[in-house]
Amino acid sequence: MSATTPERTGVTTQAIEGSQAIRLAPNYWPFVIPALIVVGAVIVFPWAFTLWMSVNRWTLGQSRSFAGVENYLRLAVDQRFWESLFHTLTYTFLSVAAPMILGTVAALIFDARFPLRGLLRGVFVMPMMATPVAVALVWTMMFHPQLGVLNYLLSLVGIPAQEWIFNANTVIPSLVAVETWQWTPLVMLIVLGGLASVPREPFESAEIDGANAWQQFRYLTLPMIAPFLMIAVIIRTIDALKSFDIIYAMTQGGPGTASETINIYLYNTAFSYYDIGYGSAMAVVFFIVIVALSFILLMLRQRSQWIGVEGK
Amino acid sequence: MSSRLLNQIGLFFAALVFVSPAILFFLWMISLSLKFEIDNGAYPPILIPEHLAWSNYAKVFEENNFLLYLWNSVLVTGTATLLALLIGVPAGYGIARLKAERSAVVIMIARMTPGLSYLIPLFLLFQWVGILGTLWPQIIIHLVVTVPIVVWVMIGYFETTPMELEEAANIDGASSWQVFRLVALPIAKPGIVVAFILSVIFSWNNFVFGVVLASRETRTLPVAVYNMLSYEQVSWGPLAAAALVVTLPVLVLTMFAQRQIVAGLTAGAVKGG
Repeated sequence: MSATTPERTGVTTQAIEGSQAIRLAPNYWPFVIPALIVVGAVIVFPWAFTLWMSVNRWTLGQSRSFAGVENYLRLAVDQRFWESLFHTLTYTFLSVAAPMILGTVAALIFDARFPLRGLLRGVFVMPMMATPVAVALVWTMMFHPQLGVLNYLLSLVGIPAQEWIFNANTVIPSLVAVETWQWTPLVMLIVLGGLASVPREPFESAEIDGANAWQQFRYLTLPMIAPFLMIAVIIRTIDALKSFDIIYAMTQGGPGTASETINIYLYNTAFSYYDIGYGSAMAVVFFIVIVALSFILLMLRQRSQWIGVEGK
Repeated sequence: MSSRLLNQIGLFFAALVFVSPAILFFLWMISLSLKFEIDNGAYPPILIPEHLAWSNYAKVFEENNFLLYLWNSVLVTGTATLLALLIGVPAGYGIARLKAERSAVVIMIARMTPGLSYLIPLFLLFQWVGILGTLWPQIIIHLVVTVPIVVWVMIGYFETTPMELEEAANIDGASSWQVFRLVALPIAKPGIVVAFILSVIFSWNNFVFGVVLASRETRTLPVAVYNMLSYEQVSWGPLAAAALVVTLPVLVLTMFAQRQIVAGLTAGAVKGG
């Protein structure tokens, strides 16, 4: 890290001396600059603007005035906001837990060899690539209390008909079922990648020592794939917190406000009531919630990596 | 030997249990789209009807301006993806070679940010510039989705391509641009394919940007399908047919490019933490 940078003419002599210097020689910044400009325009500018709007009283079509922290204070006592935060956290917790458990088991199965494995994996991956709105429409029909196929399937095994997304008590679990259906494959793929990196030898010696399948999973596989599980948890948490398409297309936050997450409330505030000052404050707080949760999980990941190393 | 076979059959059925929700869903989607109203309202539900209602598909294209919305989707996804490749592939190369790992943080933050928080300021900006009635607002805002994907995939790809050739070309007096275009780019083709596919899928599927920014003439397919639901008296056959038409291109792409998609998603994911 000396102050002098190598001159263009010095490249050949330094090339002989060592490759370390060469890496500094070509100028790579021109490759990055166009992307920096775009990122600045469509990502950084909106953020700066959002921060500024959040300290203004501003409803679209009316005049704007400076408000300081008023919008944030309003949030603190807005019961609908706190309820939506609670819905978001419930939805997120369930939408992380269910795909994590199912996805890990699925990965253990798909890690083995069996007939038609490639084909089945291909079909398994399809839900996460399907267009969310299309998925939401068909699920809405399947959830229909009278004509839906799900209640019929339940009736076959003697379970009474449910109201699914049309009942305030079951709407969030029903939406989580759709989210789980769609995103379990991603967890499966990440864990599958982890399983592929697991060495064989410890299992052979465990076998000789008489460890059963559960013990092998609990004391060998699990610690070794822990870092991958944490990555899956982090990605799933971010995506579930941000979830919009499925919820909006299926319930729009209803019935009433029973499934209104922060994202939906934010949408309604900004684009139904056009209260963009308040909506912006909500966006800022929402972002802080996402970053804070991600940060906590990242810290946990640091720890899980240690466990991973000890496991080996 | 036979216990191994038994084991394999057991695994097959275990996998089938996990895949069955996906199979059932798509079968049911096809079934709904091919049934007349009377069959869709039948109880107990019918999986395979006596008479197939192909007219549901005809109805989708005849009414609702569906072809226009299809074209809008192609334009928005196509332009946003091409622009992202144009900008993102060189950027991925530059970041990988500069070893500027911190710039990856920017992409992580972009991933964490809810799409809605871009929408409020950009909506105002587009209104102010006066391009709200055109497709440009959607194309520009889709860059929020496509550019990070392309940059992310390409950083990962260029990090793994060997430096020796580039160094040799460098010594021979090639400029950085020539090294990129003639040495690095050809090797990176598979990575570009992965970036292209993922960018197309996530842009195509996007709903939230269109629902705010699209007017009657500039709707993309996901928005058009959603609007069918809220407008007309809901008839399930055409609605399911429309849903299938929207998602079919993506599903076909997924089937043919499964390997690339899995590689791209897991590479991004594993580096993503």
